[in-house]
Amino acid sequence: MAAQNEVWTLAEIRDGKLHSVSYELLSWGRSLADSLKAPLVSVVLGDASDLPSLFEYGADKVYHVSAPELKHYLVDSQVSVLKEMVEKYEPQIFISSATTQGRSTMPVLYAKLGVGLTADCTGLSIQDGSLLQTRPAIGGNVMADIMTPLRRPQMCTVRPKSKRPLPRDARRKGEIVGYTPQKSSLASLLTFLGFEPESRVGLPIQDAEVIVAGGKGMKGTKNFALLDELAGLLGGSVGASRSAVDLGWAPASSQVGLSGKSVTPRLYLACGISGAVQHLAGMSGAETVLAINTDAEAPIFGVADLGVVGSVLEILPRLIGDLKKSSKGVSK
Amino acid sequence: MSGLKKIAVLVKQVPATENVKINPETGVMMREGLSVEVNPLDLHAIEEAVRLKEKFPDILVTAVTMGPPSADKAVRYAIAMGCDEGVVLTDRAFAGSDTLATARALSAALKKLGSFDLILSGERATDGETGQVGPSVGSLLGLPVLTYVSKLSVGADKLDIERAVEGGHEKLSSPFPALAVVIKEINSPRLCTLGGKLKGRKSDIKILSFADLDIPKENVGLSGSPTKVVKVRYPQVTRKGKKLSAAEDFDGAVGELLKVLNDNRVEVNA
Repeated sequence: MAAQNEVWTLAEIRDGKLHSVSYELLSWGRSLADSLKAPLVSVVLGDASDLPSLFEYGADKVYHVSAPELKHYLVDSQVSVLKEMVEKYEPQIFISSATTQGRSTMPVLYAKLGVGLTADCTGLSIQDGSLLQTRPAIGGNVMADIMTPLRRPQMCTVRPKSKRPLPRDARRKGEIVGYTPQKSSLASLLTFLGFEPESRVGLPIQDAEVIVAGGKGMKGTKNFALLDELAGLLGGSVGASRSAVDLGWAPASSQVGLSGKSVTPRLYLACGISGAVQHLAGMSGAETVLAINTDAEAPIFGVADLGVVGSVLEILPRLIGDLKKSSKGVSK
Repeated sequence: MSGLKKIAVLVKQVPATENVKINPETGVMMREGLSVEVNPLDLHAIEEAVRLKEKFPDILVTAVTMGPPSADKAVRYAIAMGCDEGVVLTDRAFAGSDTLATARALSAALKKLGSFDLILSGERATDGETGQVGPSVGSLLGLPVLTYVSKLSVGADKLDIERAVEGGHEKLSSPFPALAVVIKEINSPRLCTLGGKLKGRKSDIKILSFADLDIPKENVGLSGSPTKVVKVRYPQVTRKGKKLSAAEDFDGAVGELLKVLNDNRVEVNA
């Protein structure tokens, strides 16, 4: 009977549109729901123009809450509404992405529900009807398998980009179920005052498909312009090691590693980064790793698919020049 | 003037990561002889509390940790940085606590210690890396939970903050009391002065045990933890990649790099 309970994923809206993590979550959820023979649900708080796309990416059903109070993300109203819904529908699994929203909503929600929450999972499967959650800890040196035997829902966050959305299937349809929460649940103690977008090349590093990252070997803040230029040509974003951030060459928001961000791009190009354990912890989930470093013994080469022993300050300008030539057909 | 009288800072003692070495054959972290330190991200929470205290001198800042009895070192360090007092929550009954059980114990301890106007925590610990305990403590105490805080300013009866989120900074205001999880971006933690270190060493640290808290036994420790670790593995993170020398064949190396870059180029819609 419990096997019939729904598998939930938490959609995320940015700028009035569904963010791609909403589809990635359906890709995670689809295989779990299929093994459990349970319906897969996407829960959407707030308004987005493209809700039916959730079905095309794998959802069987959408719970949609539309209310002007939900226009801006405020953690307390999000949690109150979700708590109401969880108590009403009793899902067996509830997954969100480990974005700043997911990593805020889920820890506040699970504590109020008194259930289990596992952060930053890189693997999910069903074992004997329960969710087996795999997550790295201690800088990726340990992988832990975690289960929640008794409490429901079993809650977890998964790293953004750790799974691609399913191929879009325009024939898939489903039901959008509106949910009206209590007025009191929509109230927030917080007041939204505004948003200041960051002006720099590319997407935030957590969202980037390609990251060009620099370390001490970049030798100075002005050489980071090379990384900006290369990232621009590749459609990627610029990351940095802790040393580069501490030296003031790059903003803290671009720091990759244990005391920075964990990133999972398709391609990670490490430029003049030696590869301290703490740095490797933040990027070893990348699909492909390239490294350029003058020190042939640098640990970064141990995790690189392709390493070049040489000077970034000689190699980068050449790469930029060649990429510009090869993209001459694409006008700016 | 501010509505802020009492601040609690949550800190955790973690294995020092600066000198962590991995055994290349087994991929296991070599913990032998590892020293412990205050979780580096917690230093930013301590620093922020101390800065508020410098601005409003009548604020009392209490550093609170949960861990083995030796975790007093973490709160002593917080005092050395400028906190007023330290509390260690320690008991065998807490052993094996997951993030929820930990948050239950900490929130019960905070309730016991009095009413705090502001609770500060770091983004996450560098060992467990869940980032869940801070927000859960706020949740259990029924406080507004402010995460990813990169800027914090205190007004008469409210807190104005900035949150670093994907693509920019969000501005919010919150009433007191509140819990704020601060990130690295917010400040640069100070080094301890000699006088500070001395004060840290000499301070009386308050010890709280399970019996001091008003919570049922089944809410803490292993039995109070909904999540169970069923298996731990030590993965090999090394890849068998190709290594080329630019000194030997510059064009060849650049060519190989270019091939991969071109394969992974993202289509940009102008």
